[in-house]
Amino acid sequence: MQKLLLLGDEAIAQGAIDAGMSGIYAYPGTPSTEITEYVHSSKEAKEKGIIASWAANEKTAMEAAIGMSYAGKRTMVCMKHVGLNVAADPFINAAITGANGGMIVVAADDPSMHSSQNEQDSRFYGKFAMIPILEPSSQQEAYDMVHYGFELSEKFKVPVMLRLTTRLAHSRAGVGRAASKEQNSGSLPSDLRQFVLLPAIARRRYQGLIDTQPAFREESAKTKYNEFIEGSDKSLGIIACGLAYNYLMENFQNGCPFPVLKIGQYPLPTDLVEKMVDSVDRTLVLEDGYPMVEELLTGLLGRGLKILGRFDGTVPYAGELNPNVVARALGLEDTYGEDAPEMLVGRPPSMCPGCPHIDSYKDLLEALEPYGNGRVFSDIGCYTLGALPPFEAINSCVDMGASITMAKGAADAGLVPAVAVIGDSTFTHSGMTGLLDAVNAKSPITVMILDNSTTGMTGGQPSAAFTHVENICLGIGVEREHLHILKPLKKNHDENTAIIKKELEYKGVSVIIPTRECIQTLNRRMRAKFKNKTK
Amino acid sequence: MKRDIILAGVGGQGILSTAAIIGLAAIEKGWYLKQAEVHGMSQRGGDVQSHLRISEDPIFSDLIPFGQADMILSVEPMESLRYLPYLHKEGWLVSNNKPFVNITNYPEEENIYGEIRKVKNHILINADDIAKDLQSPKSANVVMLGAAIAKLGIERQYFENAIKGLFGRKGEEVVNVNLEALEAGIKFAEQYSG
Repeated sequence: MQKLLLLGDEAIAQGAIDAGMSGIYAYPGTPSTEITEYVHSSKEAKEKGIIASWAANEKTAMEAAIGMSYAGKRTMVCMKHVGLNVAADPFINAAITGANGGMIVVAADDPSMHSSQNEQDSRFYGKFAMIPILEPSSQQEAYDMVHYGFELSEKFKVPVMLRLTTRLAHSRAGVGRAASKEQNSGSLPSDLRQFVLLPAIARRRYQGLIDTQPAFREESAKTKYNEFIEGSDKSLGIIACGLAYNYLMENFQNGCPFPVLKIGQYPLPTDLVEKMVDSVDRTLVLEDGYPMVEELLTGLLGRGLKILGRFDGTVPYAGELNPNVVARALGLEDTYGEDAPEMLVGRPPSMCPGCPHIDSYKDLLEALEPYGNGRVFSDIGCYTLGALPPFEAINSCVDMGASITMAKGAADAGLVPAVAVIGDSTFTHSGMTGLLDAVNAKSPITVMILDNSTTGMTGGQPSAAFTHVENICLGIGVEREHLHILKPLKKNHDENTAIIKKELEYKGVSVIIPTRECIQTLNRRMRAKFKNKTK
Repeated sequence: MKRDIILAGVGGQGILSTAAIIGLAAIEKGWYLKQAEVHGMSQRGGDVQSHLRISEDPIFSDLIPFGQADMILSVEPMESLRYLPYLHKEGWLVSNNKPFVNITNYPEEENIYGEIRKVKNHILINADDIAKDLQSPKSANVVMLGAAIAKLGIERQYFENAIKGLFGRKGEEVVNVNLEALEAGIKFAEQYSG
């Protein structure tokens, strides 16, 4: 079969389609979005009746996946690294309930924070949950590991984590496909109390998970994804995890002179690690993300083993790896072109011309003029770009939903009025509960829900909030007379500003919903409409 | 033989479509390919780049090492300069001359062109004008590609086939105008004297 040219994300999606997955759940988040998008638009997936569902948030996605696994079918749930924080509760507990149908949790990390607020390393979550972790070094491995991951999950009856980073998620290469598997027909768990985590059952399940750890380690010792490659120069040994292996070999096109332990599956294969550190003078650990393997080897006191990596500065502590970072760590000649000329200026991302958020910020900023700066709490989405010139309108961006709750806390502390700016999709992701807190406390805050009817920053996926925002707010208990739907357009500026001004003075919860479709989504919709008409 | 190419531009300028044509040509020739792209936040009008690596031999890293790129192919002149740290001293800088101004402190155009001309191997091309003359302003990226292909180690017919493959469903007219655009770019590069 001819190879497909796929992003790492797409290779995972195609792998899941071919490996007999019945349903995929996700909330969009860079760099994980393209996995679910691919399944969503795959004709093959449609023909196979595979469910590709955007969830309200990562937690609901994770729980739906656990439900599908309970019912005996193979399932995948995908998120960016910080999304796993949102889904951490069901994730950790899913390791205790175990799986029935195969379940893969994909966590896409973003070292160097290309599109994120931190560079946390999801391998720690996998270790925390005590489940096997797979970490591909190539698009082909990403594809193959999905097949293998489902087998592993069904063999040990636990969820398996597949961890990748931005570079693989968003890099394309040729991928060969394996034979397709049928979906599971569905079956109840053999023990109907397996998923009932009452303490007595949970204790038994947890003990079972503990007892399975040696088997996970054995699996890691014999898997083809962990490979010990001999080298003649024993002055150094290299443990290279996931993509780091590629950066290493980029520097040794004709073969690495040092022994290399290529890691693609965790828990770490104890015997292979021991073989490495016992046969070399020093061991260099190359891993994208936090120094997890390095910390395990170094221990608290660092006595005995000579381990090089991020702790001792051989590799910079923060940021993603690349061929040059690895060259420097190996003491090889570093390469560099010319410095960019000084006249070069930065080009930060910005809101698109015609974006409704531009009008919303103009209205808000004018209404806020009498109060001065420093009272606008924002959230995660395109409107976070309101932090940059020319607006410089917002004072926070912490996590999904934090705008409303931070505004409440600040108002409690006397910062009145406090303003929250949140998007429609982020509101239904994690804003609704915070709004309920504010309503119950009658907090003097003004909440701007910028409703552009899409999940914009990640490329315009459907918003779970679509057509629901107003009713949700009323249902939560926002007073009708303090809820306003505006059309953020230049011609409405004065009128909109006056409404916001008035609500800033109200000593309770006001909700203002500027509603206008994202300009990108609108363009896409119009293009599709035009295309259909001309057919 | 290998070619490491940094494709540069501003989010929304369509550098990935150029990458797709080169990628298809390389695959058809039987070469390996890895192509790291920028998705997410920067796509909103920020600087974007793609690391496109094509080679007769298997490729390890998805990222091109600094100082090793054989070419910077940029659809925007200032953006071409951002990636000079990646360019090999014998590498080529091929850049469009049409600024994309979405920032208030955009430098003087002539200063940018001056910096581009300092690069030993460079082609500064008015791809937008050439595409407009062909009555196909959308083909500027293909004009750019035409200016670059002599340096890419892959025969012209592979690029032509890739264009036919990629634009085929849009009809013969679109294919033909893009083949003309490719030709115009090739001609421009042949006659280019700095």
